[in-house]
This record gives sequence, C-alpha cells and structure tokens, in this order.
Amino acid sequence: MGQLSVIQKLEILSDAAKYDASCASSGSTRRDSRASGGIGSVTGAGICHAYAPDGRCISLLKILLTNFCIYDCRYCINRSSSNTRRARFSVDEVVKLTLDFYKRNYIEGLFLSSGVIRSPDETMGEMVEVARRLREDEKFAGYIHLKTIPDCDPILIEAAGRHADRLSINVELPTDASINVLAPEKRPGEIRKSMARLRSFIEEKSEPVERTGRRQRFAPGGQSTQMIVGADNSNDNTILQTSARLYGSYHLKRVYYSAFSPIPDASRGLPLVRPPLMREHRLYQADWLMRFYGFEQQEILAGAKTGMLDLDIDPKLAWALRNRAEFPVDINRADRETLLRVPGLGSKAVTRILSSRRYARLRLEDVSRVCQSIDKVRSFIVAEGWSPGGTIDRLDLRSRLVGREEQLSLFR
Amino acid sequence: MITARLEHETDFDGWRRAARALALNGIAPAEVVWQVEGSADEDLFGIRGDPVPPASNAAVLNITREFVERAGSLVCHRDPQRFAFMYRMLLRLAENKELLKFATDPDVRQMEAMEKSIGRDVHKMRAFVRFRKIGEGAEERFVAWFEPEHHIVQRNAEFFVKRFTGMKWAILTPDRSARWDGETLSVGPGAKKADLPPDDATEDLWKTYFSSIFNPARLKVKAMQAEMPKKYWKNMPEADLIPGLIAGAGKAHEAMIERAPTLPPPSHRSVQARYWNSVKDMADESAHTPEAKTLEELRAATAGCTRCPLYRGATQAVFGEGPADADLLFVGEQPGDQEDIEGRPFVGPAGQLLDQILAEVGIDRSDAYVTNAVKHFKFEPRGKRRIHQTPNAGEVEQCRWWLEKEIELVGPKLLVALGATAAAALLGRRGGIMRERGSIQPRAADGLPVLLTYHPSFLLRIPDQAGKARERANLAQDLMKARDWLAGRDARREAG
Repeated sequence: MGQLSVIQKLEILSDAAKYDASCASSGSTRRDSRASGGIGSVTGAGICHAYAPDGRCISLLKILLTNFCIYDCRYCINRSSSNTRRARFSVDEVVKLTLDFYKRNYIEGLFLSSGVIRSPDETMGEMVEVARRLREDEKFAGYIHLKTIPDCDPILIEAAGRHADRLSINVELPTDASINVLAPEKRPGEIRKSMARLRSFIEEKSEPVERTGRRQRFAPGGQSTQMIVGADNSNDNTILQTSARLYGSYHLKRVYYSAFSPIPDASRGLPLVRPPLMREHRLYQADWLMRFYGFEQQEILAGAKTGMLDLDIDPKLAWALRNRAEFPVDINRADRETLLRVPGLGSKAVTRILSSRRYARLRLEDVSRVCQSIDKVRSFIVAEGWSPGGTIDRLDLRSRLVGREEQLSLFR
Repeated sequence: MITARLEHETDFDGWRRAARALALNGIAPAEVVWQVEGSADEDLFGIRGDPVPPASNAAVLNITREFVERAGSLVCHRDPQRFAFMYRMLLRLAENKELLKFATDPDVRQMEAMEKSIGRDVHKMRAFVRFRKIGEGAEERFVAWFEPEHHIVQRNAEFFVKRFTGMKWAILTPDRSARWDGETLSVGPGAKKADLPPDDATEDLWKTYFSSIFNPARLKVKAMQAEMPKKYWKNMPEADLIPGLIAGAGKAHEAMIERAPTLPPPSHRSVQARYWNSVKDMADESAHTPEAKTLEELRAATAGCTRCPLYRGATQAVFGEGPADADLLFVGEQPGDQEDIEGRPFVGPAGQLLDQILAEVGIDRSDAYVTNAVKHFKFEPRGKRRIHQTPNAGEVEQCRWWLEKEIELVGPKLLVALGATAAAALLGRRGGIMRERGSIQPRAADGLPVLLTYHPSFLLRIPDQAGKARERANLAQDLMKARDWLAGRDARREAG
C-alpha cells in the first residue's frame, strides 16, 4: 500500500466516516472574509450543500484522517479486527481537499474525525494541525468540527477549541454496560470526564479576559455527541434518560442519534437488520420535546406500556393520548407552554396564534392556516365556534389519527 | 386604467414611488396595471393606460418600516402579480396598521408564503451554486451557472462576496450575472449556460465523496428530493450519480449483510498485544487490589466505585482533598454540579461560601481536610441544569465504606458534620440537625468528636436577607467553636 491516490484515499476515508450522523454547520458565531481577504464565512444557521439519496444533508467534508485504529469497537467499521481497506491522509492532503471543495461551494467546511493510531495525543495533534493550518496559514473562515479523542492531553483540546467551531466526543452507546460489551477498550468514565473538561473550557473561555475585556475564541458552536441506537438492547426511555443527563451535565448543543447501520465485514453478535430509521426519527422528536417544548424527560414515556416510543405516531401525540384529561385546550386563552403541548402545533404556529389572537378570537379555520395539518390538532382544541365534543374520549381516536399520519407520511 | 411602469424586475424604488402616488390619489388596486420595461408581457394586451398621477411631495403616507423592508424582498418574487399584490397590501395597511401582526389573515399568509419561497430560493442558491475553476495562480477564476426560481441574484450577491472574498468569481444566470474581481462587485445582464467553462478535475473528487458518504442501508429518496428538488439537479455535477446510487442501494445492502464475517487480520492481534493486553491485565488486577494503605490508593479505588447506582449518572467520584494528617476534617453531603465537573470537593458556590466563613473565623482551609459523605453527585436533569437530590439512606450507607477509610487514614482530631447527611453518615443518626447544631458529640465506635452544623448550601437557599445573615452568623459561631476546641486541645496538651 502507501501508493493510494488522493481519490482512493477519499473513497476509503469518507466511506469510513459516513456512520457519523452529524453534518451540522450551525450554532457558531457569524463571520466572513471581508476583513481578512481570505475565504469562508459562517452564517449561523448552516447550509446543506447537497443531499445524498439516504436523505442526509451534506454540509461538511466529513472524513477520517485515518481509519487505522487500535480500538476494537464491535459496531465500528474501522475496528482493529475488521478487514476493511485502510488509508491515511496527510495533513497537506486534508487542507488542500477542504479548500478545493470550499472554493467550488461544495461544502460549508470540514468535519474531521479519526481512528486512533499509536496514541490519542499523536492522532489529536495531527487533527489540530489541520485546523491550525486552515485557519492561520490559509485564512480559512469556514466551519470546522473536530471529533475529540477522549484520552488526549488537555493542551490539545485547548488548541482544538481555538481553531474549531465545534468539538464533539462520542458517548457511543446509551449505557456503560453496553460500552463494556461492545467497545471493550473504551472507558465510559473517561468519556464523561472529557465532556466535563470540555464544558469547563467552554465556560472558562466565555468569560472576558481581564486585561483585554475580550473573549477568547473557543468552540463557539459548543460541543455535541453521538449515540448509536439499536446496536444494544437499551430501550428509548434509557436512551432519553442518558440524553437528558448529557444535556444537563455537559451543556451539549446536540445529541445525535445514529440508527445502528449494519456495516460491511460486521462483527458477530450484532443485529444484521436494516437500521431502525423510524425509531431514530422518533428519538429526535422526543429530544426536541425536551429541548424546545418544555417536556421533562420522565413525562415523555410516563404511562406508556413499554419503554419504547410509539413508531406509528409522534411522541407528542402519543403523550397527549395518554394524558387526555389535559385537553381540550382553549386556543384563545391557553398560555404558550400549554399550546406547545397540543399535538400538531409547532413553536411557529404557537407564536402566530399568540400574535393573532390579540386582534380577534380565532376560529378553527384561522388555526388551520398557521399549522401543517388541522386534522391532528382539531380533537385537542377549543376555538371560536368549535368544540371537539366527545372525540377526545373516543377509544378509537388513536387509530383514526394513525391512519392520517400514515397518509401524511406518504408525501414526506 | 393606469399603467405603472417599472424599470426592471426588481425595481423596488420605482414601485415605491408609484405606489405612494397611487395611494395618495386614492386609486384602487383594480385600476392599476403594473408593467416591467422590456418584459415579455409588456404590451401583451396592447393596453397603454394613463401614467401614474403625480402626488405632492409634502403629502404623507404612513406605512410601517417593517412593511417597507419586507416589500423590498417581495419584489424578488417571480410572480408577475407581485407588484399588484404589494399595492393591495399597502392600501390595507394604510387602513389597519396592525395588519401584519394578524398572522391568520389570508393576505398576510400569502405574503409569508411568498417570502418563504424567496427565502428558500436564496438559501438554495447559496447551497447549490457550483463553481468551476479556470486558470492557475494569479489567473485563477471561478465561474458558476445557476438558474434561480426568483429574481435573487442581486440580493444574494453580497453573501458570495463575503464568503469568497479572496477569489475572483462570476455567477451566471439567465436573468442577471454577478461578478467579483476581488475588489468590486458588478451585477450585469444574464448569460447562457454555454458560457460555463468545462469540467474541473475536482468535480471527480466531489463525485467520489458524494457516492462514498452515501449509506445504501438508509435509502430515503423522498427526504432527499424534499430538500434538493429536481429542478436544481441539472446544474449540480453530483446529481448525475443519484439514479445509479438508488438503483444499486438494495443490492449493495444485501451483499453487505450476506457476506460472512471474516477472521481478524494479523495486525489485530499485534495491536491487542501492544496496546491493550497490559491495560486489561492492570484492570483485572485493580479489581482485586488489597485494601488501600494511603489516601492516593484510596482515591484510585474510589474512582471505580460501583457500590450504588449513582456512579452511572455522575461524571466522576469526587474524593476528599487536604493534608493527609489534618486535625480538622469537614464532611459535606455530596459533590454538586461544579464539583462533579472539576472532580474536586467544595469548589462550587457552597464551597466558596465555606471558604469565606473559614477565612473570617481564622481557619486556614488548606490546613483542613474536606470531603463528602457521598462521593458521586445525585441529581435530576432539568434542561441545561442539574437539580440536586438528597442521597438516600442506602446510598449514604454504601458510601460510608469510603468515608470511614478516609477518616482512618487522615486520623483527624475533630470531625465537622456539615448538614444532616454528614451527621447521619458520621453518627448514624436520623433527622434534622437544627436543635443540636453547635454541639460536639463523640462517635460510639471510636469516640472521635463530631461537631454538628449547617451545610453552607443551606444559607444559599434562604430567601430573606435577615434570615440569611442570622444563620450565617450561627455557622460562623460553630466554626469558631471548632477552631477553639482544637486550640484548647493543643493548650491542654501543652499544659499537660
């Protein structure tokens, strides 16, 4: 080997990176190149430059520096016991690829991850060098996300945070027990400590420096993590518990859920089924309920027969059906928190309702103009000239709504 | 009939002047035909209405700034009726200033829908423009061909200037073209697709990336098309690959599943031998380590504690800190948020308060040993915060195993129980400590004296200032008692 071309390396090292769910280029501070005369800008919301037929956004050049790895995590295509083809980029090659792609407007920036070769410090050191070269030598102002290797020297983390927009550390699996079985060399305690250290850095650097009064730049897009769903037998409640704990403990910007996808040359004992994509989708919805809809983690599945989210209906609708006594909600009087709990009403719809009802009492037609589908909403609200009557108590309400959901999803 | 003539498709100033004059003259929307010079529909009906009547410069038409700004973007829409629609909105707004806040009004909804469509097109242009490179070195230039849905080139050009400042580039579209020479932006007439230079070798790398990053096990074609509508595909080099990737996906996935697991490569065994066997042996050993003989050994053992389930939620066990031969040993309840993150006891708000009071009563914190009854943080997550939860009797009991060893190794003369949990751990008692606060009680097992007082976090939770000050004084008084007790003991020893 050793004679691989850049295009061959790209093929191997992007194939190896595709199981990472995150491709987000959002959440960082706005900036552009007018002052520096270089290239690159960050707009805040992030841009998806293409979509692959798997429906996933391609925003960043998502590659591994190398897929040689001394770890042997069962679910990972790059584990040391796998016979996958191996390759290694040089720092120069990654810098050039990033710039070439960026200048053609293919990408928002770089998401660099790596297998661990020799030592965590050596691998992390090279990743930091890529980021430093892009920022300092090439005046590159695009987005950079670096996957952080848990056991590396804090000095490298500090340098990584200076250049990167976002840092992430993978929590890998929902429980320590699963990590012990499926990723025997990984130490869950060290992963938690690394996340804690990152939180400390981010907090410390967000304080203005006394002498200059300015803040140091440190991972303005915060930290995120990824959890693999479906490789172990943890149920959704356990997964959401872990997420809630991670958000609370380490102030993560995002927890990414990655439906376990069978990998080529899989290790024995892992499920060889299609990835549970709907389960992944429901987990994201439940995650949103916790972060933007004022739901406590315990509420989401309270009263459910199993610890699993309903695959047929979204978690808010499922919650509402289990808590029918909370409904119907009067659309003309309820407060924001209550309206956010109505199935079918998103935060934009709620904002529009609150704004409009100051001028007129809202009827069902008015509500239907601001939400995606009034069908889901109508049984749960009272509006001017509208009352759902007894439908809220009908035993077949769920199946009636499930039918509608299926129809809707045909168009997704 | 009046014809309002506009100079070009996004002539907002022209619209604004005409609309103002029309409104001040009380002309109804139905009486106005809006025409853009040189556009296909100009003279379509052969109607040449009257010109827009003049309006006095002094006359005032009060329109909210918000509408003017939003109308400025609406002109980008491709709908030929947009000018008429905007004029209708203007008249309605003159009647009702709050109209735009009425989000359920059909016109307001249509306006939002138009803005959304423009915004989406602006966003998709930022996403899907693909440059090709021509020339090298100083001659290097980048050219793109794009077909936007709306008239957005001018509006979007600034974005590309800010992003590609250090490049010379041109974005060609059928209606308008934008050029940046590194210093100035010029927006000129449209171009033809044939003006786009041929393939650039980097496109092959990009196509390779596009096919490799795709996961055939997760085929979701509709989701892809919802975000990347087919109308944009014709100008994206990677789009040619999509049909092939979709067609091959099922097969690729099946083949992957059917392939039998292989034996690990020889390198695997050497990696295991070189990096992990020794680590794993060490881990096995430490599981059977004999009893800790120093604080450091005890700290290391605590780090792996799984005696109760609290270790699952916490970041780390927080061990005590201070001189290994301290006379004074403080026991708190458990680490809090900050302590859990930093791995050190009493560094959060309660610890800082304790430091202040200790300094006031003349106890040097660095002379004392501080630890907690429970080593892992117990909490409930609530959004971005963690709400402290009091450890239960079972958890305290399990952790006492560590606490007692810590006390044994430090060998203090006086223990201070900060709060009820510490008192329970040290004395095996239950309930609050209010009534016995300030007392010194010997432990049944070893006779070591324990001074009972509040946990400093109790002071932080008292809402009224007077109450807070009173209890702070009480805590300080208790700590003075500890100080004096130790001094008295030294004095007694010297005297004896």
